Amino acid sequence: MTLHFKFWFRFASPQAFYALAGRLWPGLAVLATLLGLWGLWLGLCVAPTDFQQGQAYRIIFVHVPASWMSMVIYMAMAFWALLGLTFNTRLSGMMTQALAPTGALFAFLSLWTGALWGKPMWGAWWVWDARLTSELILFFLYLGFIGLTAAIDDPRRADKAGGLLALVGAINVPIIYFSVRWWNTLHQGASVSMTQGSSMAQTMLTAMLLMALSFWFYAIAVALYRVRTLILVRERNTHWVGELLKTEELSQ
Amino acid sequence: MIWNSLSEFWAMGGYAEYVWGSFGVAALFMAIEVAQVSYERKQTLLRLRMLQGVQEPAMDSHA
Repeated sequence: MTLHFKFWFRFASPQAFYALAGRLWPGLAVLATLLGLWGLWLGLCVAPTDFQQGQAYRIIFVHVPASWMSMVIYMAMAFWALLGLTFNTRLSGMMTQALAPTGALFAFLSLWTGALWGKPMWGAWWVWDARLTSELILFFLYLGFIGLTAAIDDPRRADKAGGLLALVGAINVPIIYFSVRWWNTLHQGASVSMTQGSSMAQTMLTAMLLMALSFWFYAIAVALYRVRTLILVRERNTHWVGELLKTEELSQ
Repeated sequence: MIWNSLSEFWAMGGYAEYVWGSFGVAALFMAIEVAQVSYERKQTLLRLRMLQGVQEPAMDSHA
């Protein structure tokens, strides 16, 4: 138990995490690319046409994975924020900040692809419906987090304020997820349910899960890459960063 | 493979602008994010090297 505890807390040190993230991101980026290409091939060229929606349904292969990631990344931010506020670990605030732009990107893509799907199917780019509105709030929470942390000069205070916002805003994520059940909504119900399994054809489901996995690895790779830059900036006065700046290749 | 020709593939059964508008913007924005984090890292390394006197300030002028 103590051994495990020590093992994990070793990576809470920015120096150890910098090295770990540097080893992890290239492999994750390759995985994201390969799974993405496979998912696109299945989704765009192999999966059969939907009998109700024709080819327009193919938007699902980017819309659902992007929407999932927008929620997952927010939960990950809330997790790091909780860790940071309770244990006061330096890395937590950096991880929360490294995840936010990617989360905002996926929230935007969820809204964008949703609008492009809504127009031909519902006849409207946007409706003030529970699912759509709560996802829009999620997008604003990301922007609020980015703006808030950028506006506070002292990194420790920025981490605290941002961490609180990330934690409080996390209540919105289950609201998004369950919105299609709690309220009458134009948005269709879950295609893949944790309790009832999937209502989709096998190829469609495989393509969607491949795209989702690809987005997962993409998000982790980008966040790890971004956190390395943040670590360098925040730890710039330490001995190890000084040594690293003398040796590390500029291209890396 | 469900398509008989490339033009049929691009047409997406009449939903081309919606389908390609979704996939295209997603791909574009992800590519921009990758370029952005890579640029940010290079700029940060340059700036920190200058601050620490590891690198001559003149090196930054063409960056």
